[in-house]
Amino acid sequence: MTWDEMAPLLWEATGQTAEMVAWSTLFTVLIGLPLGVALVVTDRGGLLPSTPLNRVLGLVVNIGRSLPFIILMIAVIPLTRMIVGTTIGTTASVVPLTLGAAPFFARLVETALREVGDDKVQAAQAMGASRTTIVGKVLLPEAMPGLVAGLTVTVVALISYSAMAGAIGGGGLGDLAIRYGYQRFETPLMIVTVVVLIVIVQLGQMLGDFVARRLARR
Amino acid sequence: MIDVSGLRKVYRDRGREVVAVDGVDLRVRDGEIFGVLGRSGAGKSTLLRCVNLLERPTEGTVTVAGRELTALGEGELRLARRGIGMVHQHFALMSSRTVAGNVAFPLEVMKVGRAERARRVAELLELVGLADKAKAHPGQLSGGQKQRVGIARALAGRPAVLLSDEATSALDPATTQSILALLKSLNRELGLTILLITHEMNVVKSICDSAAIMKDGRIQESGAIPDLLARPGSRLTEELFPLPPAEPGAVTITFAGQAGEPVISQVVRKFDVDVNILGGALEEVAGVAAGRLRVHLTGGGREAALAHLTERGLLVEEAR
Repeated sequence: MTWDEMAPLLWEATGQTAEMVAWSTLFTVLIGLPLGVALVVTDRGGLLPSTPLNRVLGLVVNIGRSLPFIILMIAVIPLTRMIVGTTIGTTASVVPLTLGAAPFFARLVETALREVGDDKVQAAQAMGASRTTIVGKVLLPEAMPGLVAGLTVTVVALISYSAMAGAIGGGGLGDLAIRYGYQRFETPLMIVTVVVLIVIVQLGQMLGDFVARRLARR
Repeated sequence: MIDVSGLRKVYRDRGREVVAVDGVDLRVRDGEIFGVLGRSGAGKSTLLRCVNLLERPTEGTVTVAGRELTALGEGELRLARRGIGMVHQHFALMSSRTVAGNVAFPLEVMKVGRAERARRVAELLELVGLADKAKAHPGQLSGGQKQRVGIARALAGRPAVLLSDEATSALDPATTQSILALLKSLNRELGLTILLITHEMNVVKSICDSAAIMKDGRIQESGAIPDLLARPGSRLTEELFPLPPAEPGAVTITFAGQAGEPVISQVVRKFDVDVNILGGALEEVAGVAAGRLRVHLTGGGREAALAHLTERGLLVEEAR
């Protein structure tokens, strides 16, 4: 396979991977962030302690995290069909990707929020701040470096998950590597795909680190 | 201004009950600086946090500026807290905000408009001497500067009461003095009532008008400092002016306010006694010169001399 033959394939696959990762990142944040906040505030000694709710949320998150992604992907096929209308293609893969990454991100959010000193929360309470103000104006801004670092780890995990999504017809770089590199023995393409993935992950990690460091330096 | 009555705080820790505050009554008068002195674990921090209900008391009532906080619902309590400033041992500043942003925070909570907020923040930073640090981040400040930001923030809502939770304990001695001087001047100029807790005698000595000594969750003694000094066997006096254990026959004279008068030489001249000074200390406390003197008094006029000293308002204690 010549470079000229590979280039359009790579270009298309990279675009699909980017699309999957971008959408699933968005939904992961939309689900995982509130979930992580809920895990912290409902905990004992939290802003709104509720042991039953905390237990249930913890269980949900743990179930989500204990399923290997490849199995989760297949297990949620009915749900995917319900939401997207189809179970193959880039759009369809966003559903399992989000379900796989959201609990993971929620735990990272939880850890980041716990890093915020109790004294800051109490200082805000002493000023008469409401719970929503404390979450929105104290916990989240103060945890921002940790949240960005957590998001970076999540995006990297999503890139790797998205390669697996290729296995069920999700397209993208993983799909390309399997179909051409593995099944057709196109070793050069396999190598180029791996290199592209490494570069994307590196760039993502560097960008995340840079932003986290900028935020933490203040 | 602050009235604490019958306050108890019991924690439950794995089925075991821990009594942190055990029946405390406390009265802080309008415009005074009241210091609660105690070692760590004495329950003073819990007591302070019960005053603005960061900890809800197990029993007892807390009244601040005429409002019984323990009777308020959550929403009302939030509003009432805005009239009570608090400064913290480790400053509790937000690292994601600038100095100005930190001071603006309580104003945002109070929904003060942007222009008014900016004006007030500038005013507060001026008040604590940090006008040039508005755009700095807390990480770039020294401990003393951080506490100044903490104080400015606590004053943002024009509180009548300031609670200070070991505000100087994380600071070096020189910085401690400058923060204490700031608190004293705020007390004088704004008429701010301050309730502080500390384990440093020096804090009580430097700025407090009244004090309480706390141990094992209870107040051991409490009152205006000159009154405490005049009280026989006062622990505060013992802490302020430590003397070696008295040998039999030694007389300990405690004075508060009369230190300017030459009482000892008057006694020697007026009565037929010899005075041998064994030890003593003299300092300005709560704005009055106070001290303790350990002496041996010998001679025919000894009893009369002691009676005279008592008559002059000095506290005379004889060791047996």
